[in-house]
Amino acid sequence: MSRMTSRFAACSALAIMMGAGGAFAQTTTVTIATVNNGDMIRMQKLADDFAAKHPDIKLEWVTLEENMLRQRVTTDIAAKGGQYDVMTIGTYEAPIWAERGWLLALDKLGEDYDAEDILPSIRSSVSRDGVLYAAPFYGESSMVMYRKDLMEKAGLTMPEAPTWEFVGQAARAMTDKPNEIYGICLRGKAGWGENMALLSAMANSFGGRWFDMDWKPQFDAKPWKDTLTFYLDLMKDAGPPGASSNGFNENLALFQTGKCGMWIDATVAASFVTNPAESKVADQVGFALAPDNGLGKRGNWLWAWNLAVPAGSQKSEAAQKFISWATSKDYLNLVAERDGWANVPPGTRASLYENPAYLEAAPFAQMTLDSINAADPTNSAVEPTPYVGVQFVAIPEFQAIGTTVGQQFAAALAGQTTADQALQNAQRAVEREMRRAGYPK
Amino acid sequence: MARATTTRRKALMTALGWGVAFVIFFPILWTFLTSFKTEAEAVTTPPKFLFFDWTLANYHEVNSRSNYMRFAMNSVIIAFGSTLLGLLVAIPAAWAMAFSPTKRTKDLLMWMLSTKMMPAVGVLIPIYILFRDFRLLDTHFGMVLVMTLINLPIIVWMLYTYFKEIPAPILEAARMDGATLRQEIVDVLAPMAVPGIASTVLLNVILAWNEAFWTLNLTTTKAAPLTAFIASYSSPEGLFWAKLSAASTMAIAPIVLLGWFSQKQLVRGLTFGAVK
Repeated sequence: MSRMTSRFAACSALAIMMGAGGAFAQTTTVTIATVNNGDMIRMQKLADDFAAKHPDIKLEWVTLEENMLRQRVTTDIAAKGGQYDVMTIGTYEAPIWAERGWLLALDKLGEDYDAEDILPSIRSSVSRDGVLYAAPFYGESSMVMYRKDLMEKAGLTMPEAPTWEFVGQAARAMTDKPNEIYGICLRGKAGWGENMALLSAMANSFGGRWFDMDWKPQFDAKPWKDTLTFYLDLMKDAGPPGASSNGFNENLALFQTGKCGMWIDATVAASFVTNPAESKVADQVGFALAPDNGLGKRGNWLWAWNLAVPAGSQKSEAAQKFISWATSKDYLNLVAERDGWANVPPGTRASLYENPAYLEAAPFAQMTLDSINAADPTNSAVEPTPYVGVQFVAIPEFQAIGTTVGQQFAAALAGQTTADQALQNAQRAVEREMRRAGYPK
Repeated sequence: MARATTTRRKALMTALGWGVAFVIFFPILWTFLTSFKTEAEAVTTPPKFLFFDWTLANYHEVNSRSNYMRFAMNSVIIAFGSTLLGLLVAIPAAWAMAFSPTKRTKDLLMWMLSTKMMPAVGVLIPIYILFRDFRLLDTHFGMVLVMTLINLPIIVWMLYTYFKEIPAPILEAARMDGATLRQEIVDVLAPMAVPGIASTVLLNVILAWNEAFWTLNLTTTKAAPLTAFIASYSSPEGLFWAKLSAASTMAIAPIVLLGWFSQKQLVRGLTFGAVK
């Protein structure tokens, strides 16, 4: 009898364990790799809403600095490590990785997702053959942020769509070096996503391009010389000292502490510089489109942070449920409800820019939309190009060549070399790398 | 007169010593101070040294966003686990090389050190694939193993140097008295080499604690140590310097305290055998 009892007990225990195991097995853990940007951190905080809607999915977050994240996810995806189910990637990686079959097509985002609502320029940069391979979480372009008080003091009025000539004139007029006020702050730190983001976009407006249709680098052509000379002269006359080590954060700190008259950088900066808790000049900031030279292209870039599912993920269904939640219209409403409309991730959905509540809360909204619409990644330069991308060239080699050229231009800004020498070195280095990589393909 | 000069010289040297120490310590002090500032005050120029509105908001924010204890526990497991495993291998190795050297011992030591000369990123992909195939990615065991292998040359070298200072006749005497190999190492050699072993342990714990290439590349969530915790607060688009400073202060606090309490052993171990 006692043997029977113990057998029964053992069977019951096994059944309970199996039942419990079954219950545990239903919970899927989705690991998300993301960057440490304000909008991403907010998403992490609001994830309780997703947990309430999907109690069967548990989210694990890995937050890393942008360059570290890029290296980490590239290693994992190339080695098929399968460590992540959702990856945050930029518009540079999205087309390259989709082409290599590293990303899953996002075809389970749900019927009410409304992909048609995503801004066309952003959608085209993360799609391949009309299929989404990454869902944009927030999009950004670049624009001019300027100090209204300093502009008025200089006796000038900023037009809504300024030319480079006006920007140069205004920067010099606003500069007051003894009082540490510099007319313009621009990126100088070397890197494909640092100074080259600005200079590549700027070259587009000067009629330049990275490559001609035969993949021949164009640094020996006149537009690049005009771009670099204009940039170096402007920074010499009206830029802050030590500009060759300034990136986004350094210029943000300078602008927020009242040391810059103008700053041309990412539209996402608008919410920082207009926040009175962080910025000394919050009530004096005006916005304008990135400058042009009357050639039909403005000097603004286009970037978006997107969520994608790596091909090695075993949990693609749960991962797509999360992506659908984070990039949906409902998510925008959720942010607005909890943190206000000004904090909604910008630049992805057309419907957001038709929402009067958002337009009222975010004074920079229209300028952001116009800047994004003005950028065309498939047709970024005045002359035709064989590549996709506004401030980058969407080929795997670009990270290396972009940074090499960036180092040459940063050296010219620091006064270690001349503009001509820097352009020559850039031309030679890029020619060599492209030959080695087997272009034209 | 001579005495006065000595006193003045002493005072000067003391001041110089304090000055150098302050310069070396300053980045840590600045990180500590910044962690109590608001984000706006953290970037203000001229910088504020002590007179600002002290706030604990950054610590609150960091604690609410990340599970500090989980990262800290992983750091403890990886740092101490790898040091322990390293010692188990390195003590017999250093013993053999110090007391039974062959004509190739020097070459062997040099070869071990040469493994430190290659940039880590050069072997990232092979190691990553090995870890993937052995299912070691994001595991404590995998991290202890890789950290042991990285620090092993340093452990062996340090112990070898200390063991060389111990007179071989003492070990011979133990052998004459019938000590077994285990007794010779554990009961005779180890007690004499305690300061050396202690400083080796401390240095390796510090190195493993601060290692930020492999720990960032081979972990995701389960085995991620404090280096990953700090990395999550660094941002190229947005000034989060005060929060980053708070995270850094929390990450280095345990190891700074450990170093503080054991500085006597550390200094003794590092200068062991320097003056005879």
